[in-house]
Amino acid sequence: MMTAPTPLLEMQALVIGYKLGRAERKRVAGPLNLALQAGELVCLLGPNGAGKSTLMRTLAGLQPPLSGQVQIEQIDTQHISAAELARKLSIVLTDRVEAGNLTVQELVTLGRYPHTGWLGNLTAHDQAIVREALAATNTAQFATRRVATLSDGERQKVMLARALAQDTPVVLLDEPTAHLDLPNRVQLMRLLHQLARQTQKAILLSTHELDLALQAADRVWLLHDEGQLHAGVPEDLVLSGTFEVAFAREGLVFDQATGTFTIHKPGTRLVRLDGSGPLAFWTRRALQREGFMLTDDEAPLRVELREQNSASQWVSHVAGQIQSHHSIADLLTYLRTVPDLGQAQL
Amino acid sequence: MDTLTAEPTAAREHRVARRRRWLLACLVGLVGLAFLLDIALGSVRIPLPAVVDVLLGKSSGTVAWDFIVTKIRVPKAITAVLVGCGLAVSGLQMQTLFRNPLAGPSVLGITAGAGLGVALVMLSAGSAASLYAIQQLGLSGSWLIVLAATLGAALVMLLVLAISARVRDNVVMLIVGVMIGNITLSVVSIWQYFSAPEQIQEYLLWTFGSLGSVAGPHLAVLAGVVLAGLGLAFASSKPLNALLLGENYARSMGLTVGRARLIIIASTSLLAGSITAFCGPIGFIGIAVPHLTRALLNTADHRLLIPGACLVGAALTLLCDCLAQLPGSSTALPINIITALVGAPVVIWVTLRRTFVRSSFS
Repeated sequence: MMTAPTPLLEMQALVIGYKLGRAERKRVAGPLNLALQAGELVCLLGPNGAGKSTLMRTLAGLQPPLSGQVQIEQIDTQHISAAELARKLSIVLTDRVEAGNLTVQELVTLGRYPHTGWLGNLTAHDQAIVREALAATNTAQFATRRVATLSDGERQKVMLARALAQDTPVVLLDEPTAHLDLPNRVQLMRLLHQLARQTQKAILLSTHELDLALQAADRVWLLHDEGQLHAGVPEDLVLSGTFEVAFAREGLVFDQATGTFTIHKPGTRLVRLDGSGPLAFWTRRALQREGFMLTDDEAPLRVELREQNSASQWVSHVAGQIQSHHSIADLLTYLRTVPDLGQAQL
Repeated sequence: MDTLTAEPTAAREHRVARRRRWLLACLVGLVGLAFLLDIALGSVRIPLPAVVDVLLGKSSGTVAWDFIVTKIRVPKAITAVLVGCGLAVSGLQMQTLFRNPLAGPSVLGITAGAGLGVALVMLSAGSAASLYAIQQLGLSGSWLIVLAATLGAALVMLLVLAISARVRDNVVMLIVGVMIGNITLSVVSIWQYFSAPEQIQEYLLWTFGSLGSVAGPHLAVLAGVVLAGLGLAFASSKPLNALLLGENYARSMGLTVGRARLIIIASTSLLAGSITAFCGPIGFIGIAVPHLTRALLNTADHRLLIPGACLVGAALTLLCDCLAQLPGSSTALPINIITALVGAPVVIWVTLRRTFVRSSFS
């Protein structure tokens, strides 16, 4: 942001957690001092149990903070009525909705709750907003279906439509991508990014989709197991290694070059790969899975990639033996029969 | 699926709304018909034209008929309507508040509280004199019984409301309500254990329920309280709709859950408490009618469900009362026996045919 803008949502020394008894408290995270600006999409990342949902619920006023405060448009949320807060902040929870015989249309219309009168009758303006919410989330085509007949992914989109119909400057989403397939996840992230830009909403979503978050988020809030939170532009967090620390686990390696976590331990057998492009990328993946470690130096095994007449060829060089293969499967099958590829000199 | 959803949303909505209006009109007609039938049937059979004449203020030509219709049958039919509306709406509210298909007006223990009040009066009448006095007053019509039941219901209601104000969670509230009901019932059992068989029989008769004992000032009081309860319930229809999504979503949409719950419980207490006080514990209507109404109107919107439940509840209670007269005989069965005997098969049929009972709670 160019000038110092006033944040839509701000935490001041916020400590989140649970009150277990009269005096006993379980602190989950904090003190946190963070802000959400208008027009930005922030992804809240963190391992399971780090307190992402607790933070979401505390920000939404569904659970009191242990100390500190949440300010929305510079007013402490503890001091405004539930209805007023609901006009400023909407949330999509992970709670399962058990109202199967509501239609999608009726459920999304409930989002207008804080804007309508005592009976909840809709004005033309309300109806237009509901239509927009249905259209934006691609749920208009099943508006007349009952919630009970929806798949989990469809339900999730409908709950997002309901939050959009609430039409608030701040939108919180707790794992909105959990039940969606990849195209739908991408579509959702694109939609949220677009919404933040076009309508100047502040959107905070928690997710486990690291690669999507890294691509779409304007900023990332990284919640660690110990309750600290790192905020920053995703690329900065990757380069500074903060990202890796947050998810550090045995056998999990973060590849800074690709921005992904690899599930295979680095192999012990050395291989040198000559080639480039997608062919090299996928060959490297296959070799890593087989337990090879790639090197640029001389190695007992060398794989050379050739492309002739739009057909790919893998040529292996092992102990003077040269073999040509027509697929990665061929290559791997052959390599498994070679006994003396040796261990890396450790 | 595609061919089903091909119809434009607006057109479909219009069609559904028209169908609902038509259904509601049919229900109004059914209630009217059942009302007339309930007046016509009984140990003395009165022809329908004569009933209509008396209702329109004319004389039927037979003094006895005029008397029976205006002084006995009309108050009883009005009571049936009030009972049907009140129990159905309180059951609907409990099912939505607790998101539980088995919840009903009795789930908070208020009905049991009324029973405790009645038991205390009847069974504490240890001396023959006071028992005689109560019987002289006329058991079912006696103000004493009504007063005792009201006090019992009110006491439990105050307890439930006090707890409700402290409890944050509806599930906890449901368990507390059921437990309070059980405690109350066991207190009644203790009284029964130490009582004489004749006293217990009196109490048992009360538990069978009766619509025929409410008239005059009793009816005015009952009508006043039931209308107040229904008013509160209708005013809660928007919060009830929000509660369909669960407490967290309701709160996030701006509902003050604690206050809404207090109003809903107050309404249910007024309805269930007053009806039990005047007519005894009438079962089944409160659990069955909400399911029937949801299936009939095909909606989850309480702005429609509350008036709908009133109509279905009134019609069902009136028809049950007609059956209780055992057409062709001069004996009448207690209403409580008929409501379950007739109502349960209807609910089983609806539940098996349609998936609404399941889908509204999952």
